[in-house]
Amino acid sequence: MPGFKTLTGIAAVLDRENVDTDQIIPKQFLKRVERSGFGQFLFFDWRFNSEGSPNPEFELNHEDAKGAEILITGANFGCGSSREHAPWALKDYGFKVIIAPDFADIFYNNSLKNGILVITLPKPVIEELKARVKNGNERITVSLDQQEISLGTDKVASFDFDPYWKEMLQNGWDEISLTLQYDEAISRYEKRIGVV
Amino acid sequence: MAKTIIDKIWENHSVIQENNKPSLLYIDLHLLHEVTSPQAFAGLREKKRTVRRPDLCFATMDHNIPTKNRFVIDDSIALKQIQTLEENCKEYGIHLEGLHSADQGIVHVIGPELGLTLPGKTIVCGDSHTSTHGAFGALAFGIGTSEVEHVLATQTLWQQKPKQLQVKIEGKLGYGVTAKDIVLALIANYGTNAGAGHVIEFTGETVRNFTMEERMTLCNMSIEAGAKAGLIAPDETTYAYIKGKKYAPKDDEFDEKVNEWSGLRSDPDAVFDKTIEINAAQVEPMVTWGTNPSMGVGISEHVPSLNEVQSEKEKESIQKALAYMGLTPGQSLTEVPVQHVFIGSCTNSRLSDLKAAAEVVKGKKVHAEVQAIVVPGSQQVKAKAEEEGLHLVFKEAGFDWRDSGCSMCLGMNPDIVPEGERCASTSNRNFEGRQGKGARTHLVSPAMAAAAAIEGRFVDVRKFVSGLREGEAYAGI
Repeated sequence: MPGFKTLTGIAAVLDRENVDTDQIIPKQFLKRVERSGFGQFLFFDWRFNSEGSPNPEFELNHEDAKGAEILITGANFGCGSSREHAPWALKDYGFKVIIAPDFADIFYNNSLKNGILVITLPKPVIEELKARVKNGNERITVSLDQQEISLGTDKVASFDFDPYWKEMLQNGWDEISLTLQYDEAISRYEKRIGVV
Repeated sequence: MAKTIIDKIWENHSVIQENNKPSLLYIDLHLLHEVTSPQAFAGLREKKRTVRRPDLCFATMDHNIPTKNRFVIDDSIALKQIQTLEENCKEYGIHLEGLHSADQGIVHVIGPELGLTLPGKTIVCGDSHTSTHGAFGALAFGIGTSEVEHVLATQTLWQQKPKQLQVKIEGKLGYGVTAKDIVLALIANYGTNAGAGHVIEFTGETVRNFTMEERMTLCNMSIEAGAKAGLIAPDETTYAYIKGKKYAPKDDEFDEKVNEWSGLRSDPDAVFDKTIEINAAQVEPMVTWGTNPSMGVGISEHVPSLNEVQSEKEKESIQKALAYMGLTPGQSLTEVPVQHVFIGSCTNSRLSDLKAAAEVVKGKKVHAEVQAIVVPGSQQVKAKAEEEGLHLVFKEAGFDWRDSGCSMCLGMNPDIVPEGERCASTSNRNFEGRQGKGARTHLVSPAMAAAAAIEGRFVDVRKFVSGLREGEAYAGI
């Protein structure tokens, strides 16, 4: 996986709370046995009308959301089912950063494991960010190195980020390779508790 | 220092624990199913890795299998997923309870039923309702497919220790009120992110008096309160349930284990990050009216009026939900007709759930406008229910009696609620489109679902069972 340092891109705003994984990727698309190709089904029931045409009302179909790589959204994003198909779909669609007041736990972990930078910010900061994105359609810059979000040279917010995941994401490391280095420690544990 | 049960399980399973870093936790039981595992096995194969402990894995198929003519799978993509699981289990030597097995069922029903779920274990599964197993005093949580792959390869997971929330439930349940209503009331009062970043320990007299099946219903929906997991310290009720189960420890080993398990409780002076107290006596049978599990009320209440809410944002979210649900602000739920009734899912498909529903249904007929199905949680539950004649009660009333599976809870198989139609469902999620595109889901207990099937609309099961007519005062028992 490529490492994440800094991204400058268009932000789309999905101004809804409690967006669940059933909405992010409806169940009829969970039957594939591959990890790829889920972007076309992202937010399917919101994004498309019943006859298959794009729903012009839906936020991501707005002209200024085209090509967005950053998603700004509401609280408890990604709640519900554990389906990793949700971050697969978001990533495949083009999102690299998701910003929300908070995330559902499993979704948050699933996103990190797919190299998506999930950022938690206080609601007022998100409101400010949303207002500025809506007004100017400016590109925003997200720096993981600095843990900062800025518009042009103007710093809008800094964010907290778990140091373990910062290093993992910056380097694009594969978590399993890392853990396999602890093989001996795992074997010792198994011996100690008697699950050999 | 005083410890909670969560601290104790965490410590017992930490392979590596360093300050301010995630711990490397050992996983005692990894449950697998057909939907969230294929990409994990593919990942292993791609990197030429193997399954470290196939003996600690256990697989079944439940999400997309048909519940009627179960061996005929018309959906070729679903069939491929099922065959892929069979091939993966064969290749890596993982025990699988497949479609032909008498032990097949919803993964969270069969784990406990087969004695795989035990106190003090760490249990994971690529399914959010893994929290169900917490009823036994296990630390059990749902994981994504990358984590499934990680556990397959290493039998461990890196985990940041969560905060701890105590939910203390005291008071006697009213007549017709169930564990499902308690957990729906918890979520209605405290929201879908009440438990965000936390593991819940359920404590209190009400929980102590719950059967194991009631405890499973309660822990099952911890995830709907946003928690990573929910658990209950084991006690005599737990041990009695486990004793004699197929894979549970036997004889002397069982006694030794009980001795060990009895230490799995929070110390009296243990400190939680947060505590919520619930008075069970004040809870009435619940019905959800909206599109997330916190949008629920007692059956005698009504859908919220817009002038009851303060913030514009909340008003907007209620309006959106009501538009989807085809309801109006302030409406009484007992006026609302239902076209479908689903009794099943990992929340409410165990024998006691089916008994509670059968009690209501007995001698009555399903309303002419309603299609009602009962989907037992496992083939074992189905067999036991049939031994007791419950299938006849349901069939005579006009219910469809099916084979086990996740079914209409998420509609990955052919059991779908059509667009615009309404379902009284004993499942756990009322999200938009969950039971089918445009389907309208109302979460209720098995008894409430059964009563709705008979009347063709929501009714207060307390009045229904006691023979009181609408408007008559209910004295309680």
